[in-house]
Amino acid sequence: MSLLTVNGLSVHSPDGRALVRDLSFSIGPGERLGLIGESGSGKSLTALAIMGLLPAGMTVSGSVVLDAPGMPATEVVGAPSRRLDRLRGRAATTVFQEPLTALDPLMRVGRQVAEPLRRWRGLRGAALREATLSALTEVRLSDPERIARAYPHEISGGQRQRVAIAMALACEPALLIADEPTTALDVSVQADVLSLLANLIAARGMSLLFITHDLAVVAGVTDRVLVMRDGTAVESGTVLDIVTAPREPYTRDLVDSARTFDEALNRRKP
Amino acid sequence: MSASVSVPVRAPARRRRSVTLTVGCVLAGLIVALAIVSLFWLPYPPSDVSGGRLAGPGGGHLLGTDKLGRDLFTQLMIGSRIALAVGSGAVALGGILGVAAGLAAGFATRWLDDAIAAALDILIAFPVLLVAMLLVAARGASLASAIVAIGLGSSAVVARLTRVLVKRILSQDFVTAARTSGTSWPRIVLEHVLPNVWPTLVVNLALQLGVAVLAEASLSYLGLGAPPPNESWGRMLQEAQATVLTAPLGAIAPGVLLILLVIGVNLIADGLRDVADPTRRRSR
Repeated sequence: MSLLTVNGLSVHSPDGRALVRDLSFSIGPGERLGLIGESGSGKSLTALAIMGLLPAGMTVSGSVVLDAPGMPATEVVGAPSRRLDRLRGRAATTVFQEPLTALDPLMRVGRQVAEPLRRWRGLRGAALREATLSALTEVRLSDPERIARAYPHEISGGQRQRVAIAMALACEPALLIADEPTTALDVSVQADVLSLLANLIAARGMSLLFITHDLAVVAGVTDRVLVMRDGTAVESGTVLDIVTAPREPYTRDLVDSARTFDEALNRRKP
Repeated sequence: MSASVSVPVRAPARRRRSVTLTVGCVLAGLIVALAIVSLFWLPYPPSDVSGGRLAGPGGGHLLGTDKLGRDLFTQLMIGSRIALAVGSGAVALGGILGVAAGLAAGFATRWLDDAIAAALDILIAFPVLLVAMLLVAARGASLASAIVAIGLGSSAVVARLTRVLVKRILSQDFVTAARTSGTSWPRIVLEHVLPNVWPTLVVNLALQLGVAVLAEASLSYLGLGAPPPNESWGRMLQEAQATVLTAPLGAIAPGVLLILLVIGVNLIADGLRDVADPTRRRSR
């Protein structure tokens, strides 16, 4: 049984436009899927729909079933908020694109990381403090004591994204949804955060849904890729298949642009 | 000049900014101290008229007496109590009602939100003095009427601000992020929405306190405030009006205290703006 099964998912905007159309895919335990497409292709909406967090006014149809170990399989579409609150975090959670806005500006970093630890692991007092610091260490933040005391605006973008990852992992989710987690970061920081994410996912045996517009980014962290365009899936397959033998013209464009970028980099290297 | 002369280092930004807060606290604190002392000690009993009418300053009466022979300073002290009581009472009422309505509107569905917003606009367009007159007509002039009238007026302002702030916070990623980790709505309100709304709100509440103090004085001036045994600054001004040329101190003294309190409260509001918000406090 898959951890996440999306079947015939459609999302319509309040004025009736179809933003996601008849999307179907599934992610098994430990599996890593890349969802790739340009801006406005509906990938982020798909992520929100999986969490049951679409903005008010959007209408969803189809089916999203989350079946995390130790929890009853739940149909997310149409489920009441109370039931989803118990599911979110443990079954699936999200790391967002912009770490500055994804952290509460008025809450110290340590408290934000501690919150899911407190709720999901029931830790209190000294044990909670300990767990918070080790969560920060786990995402390779040096000087976790200082980071824990800082407000989000007092640390760098890369550090913020590591904190956001630590917060997400503190829930011990079965599925991690990463919504362009490296897009807002410097290129040099991107690679670090990406390898950190890949290592943590592998170490914990989590499933991953990685959303990006960048084929080069997705190739390193996922096994399979689903290419989206204008709200529909245009192509899917293993990373190798997509890169070596893209069938759709749009996918070919993506591959070509990634390749041109690579070559440009290589040409400058020697 | 020799090179070894040390350049005076400018005080750190945080200190310099809190000067407004300090001055504000001193000014407002003066009035608060006056009010507190008045609870335990007054120079003369409030209705003592032994001093003779319109006596000048000095001679047993620090600021002289009014046209009925009552000690001016005694009345000022009692007035400070009323100004603060009505001001803080009205702001407390306005704050509670306003924040509750603002939160409701911020979370509400489209049509309910529109309804609340329209109601608030009507309330804001309605002059506080008019509300006060209606209330006084309905239930008689009293301290409570003044508090309710002014409180209702400021609740509309607070509610409108809260609504906008809540909407802005709710659209932020960190609320969605908290949602994705399974945080319930009540928790999000307590831990994320209120703390983020608070810095702006507390500044606004302090400003509202200044407005409320002035409103109380205006109501009393018009005879719509606390009835006679309560000596409000507003009514002192009104009573001193007839004798302003012969005994100017009777009008000047309550006016000066009123101004001091309002300026003090506004300075506090200004100072709080910097202190209440850690992003402002540290990043510059």
